[in-house]
Amino acid sequence: MSLLDTKPLTGRVEEVGGPVFLADYEAGGGYVAARKAIGQMTPSEVIDEVKDSNLRGRGGAGFPTGTKWGFVPPGPSPDGGVKYLVCNGDEMEPGTFKDRWLISNNPHSLIEGMLIGAYAIGATKAYVFLRGEYFEPKAKLAKAIDEAQAAGYLGNGLFGTDFDLDLRIHSSGGRYICGEETALLNALEGKRAQPRNKPPFPPASGAWGRPTIVNNVETYCNVPSIIEKGADWYRDLGLTEDAGTKIYGVSGRVNKPGLWELPIGTTIREIIEEHADGMQDGYHLRGLLPGGASTDFLVEEHFDLAMDYGTIQAAGSRMGTGTMILMDDSICPVDMSRNLQHFFAQESCGFCTPCREGLPWIESLLLDIEEGRGQPGDLEILDQNAQYIGAPGNTFCLHATGAIEPLQSALKYFRDDFERHIVEGKCPYRTNGNA
Amino acid sequence: MSEAALIPALSPEEVAEIEAEISHLPDRQSAAIDALMIVQKHRGWVSDESLSAIASLIGMSTAELDGVATFYNLIYRQPVGRHVISMCDSVSCYVMGADGLAKDLEAKLGIRFGETTADERFTLLPIVCLGACDKAPTMQIDEDLIENVSADKLDDIFEKYA
Repeated sequence: MSLLDTKPLTGRVEEVGGPVFLADYEAGGGYVAARKAIGQMTPSEVIDEVKDSNLRGRGGAGFPTGTKWGFVPPGPSPDGGVKYLVCNGDEMEPGTFKDRWLISNNPHSLIEGMLIGAYAIGATKAYVFLRGEYFEPKAKLAKAIDEAQAAGYLGNGLFGTDFDLDLRIHSSGGRYICGEETALLNALEGKRAQPRNKPPFPPASGAWGRPTIVNNVETYCNVPSIIEKGADWYRDLGLTEDAGTKIYGVSGRVNKPGLWELPIGTTIREIIEEHADGMQDGYHLRGLLPGGASTDFLVEEHFDLAMDYGTIQAAGSRMGTGTMILMDDSICPVDMSRNLQHFFAQESCGFCTPCREGLPWIESLLLDIEEGRGQPGDLEILDQNAQYIGAPGNTFCLHATGAIEPLQSALKYFRDDFERHIVEGKCPYRTNGNA
Repeated sequence: MSEAALIPALSPEEVAEIEAEISHLPDRQSAAIDALMIVQKHRGWVSDESLSAIASLIGMSTAELDGVATFYNLIYRQPVGRHVISMCDSVSCYVMGADGLAKDLEAKLGIRFGETTADERFTLLPIVCLGACDKAPTMQIDEDLIENVSADKLDDIFEKYA
């Protein structure tokens, strides 16, 4: 049994002991899936296989990948125009570090996944939208693209068919909102990355007004093994209702922070205690953001829950990117909330008033409370703002909604801490040298 | 005046690189961000003169292109030092003590975030999560990611950036 049978995303990297380039990738069965999909399957058969696999988007939203691909009008466009396939490699969700790892260590699995996706929707142009700061991942991906081109896996007439694919990297100018798929498309077009009105959704009208699919790096990396080994095998990898494996990560005061590919549905406690080797001596875990900065806090009562889409949502949060950020007992929840809101306020694109004006205002109120200037009634004001700013539909995209998720849950679970700041007129914590 | 003022707002090499990007895109304006990044790669930042020259090259108004340039965190519209230190201020690094480290960094360099040292060696900027959260706190100097940063390592870290 190969490591790839249980760890389709990272198994080959583990076997090789470092970044996997073409020779190692092919020796481990690389590009067999692309050859099978493009050479032997119809596009609709590929989409059906991905639908059957129950693969859901790994960028945070969890939308079913095959269903999304099925929204693209099949066959050649009536006007002869192109369709686009885009990879969202704009990993800027604070606390998330999985796509950097995947691109740097297994770049051909991303290329192969995109190749299969492009064939499925009939795209002939593909872009990897990559964070501008990701210099090392970019160099490795560029090397892998060159290798794939030289081997005839990218370019024209692929795998003995008339299917062509041109794959290029776009380096972002850097803004969190580029991770929102329609903002990403505006950035790709050289514009300010403001989200677009929806509908139309990108599968109907995306990059340069053409049908476009945007998926996360990890999502594409899952596709080759689904095509090679089948939807049934993939579904069986998951421990719960969700399918496949997930790259989980832990950052914070644990003994071994890091990333691990595990069956989806592994419990939070197992990830922290077995894989991250538990909390460092002298630190106690109080809460965590399960999948990036824009997810609601979870606390002790949730730690035995399975990390999958449905379970974490039922607990009032989101699995998000699956890379959790731990808040230990040395960290002040008010100050951590201020740090989070600083990020969201800064990264608001500025288009909608509640987000542009509301988030900086929340940040400044949190700073007041943290520094001992809080007033009675401030928490009720924060509650109200969380409700108004966070409600989907009050803003164009979900940036403000995401910003409010950690705030509303901090106000719920750590309310005593907020109240103490106001009553005592000072912060009772001295957090990790952040005084 | 600096050397940059003596060379044209866009060099032939920059124009060639921008045209190469345009050749892969459906229209010239789509190369706006690539063009800004290309000029910044050569000059360290994007001056008003370069911005206007790029705008006419790709067929956009200067104002519209400045709207694009100022939207993005990584496009500098002011001169920067020989090396740019970008320190992560997002939550995973925060949890690992980044706010305290940021103060140490300011004290060590004698500047605040957003400023450049008098010898023009370093510009200090905050940056969003660098995606290396298991090795927090992190910073980036130019194109190098630096992990597990602590105050006592700063002298060694800075040494290679003259």
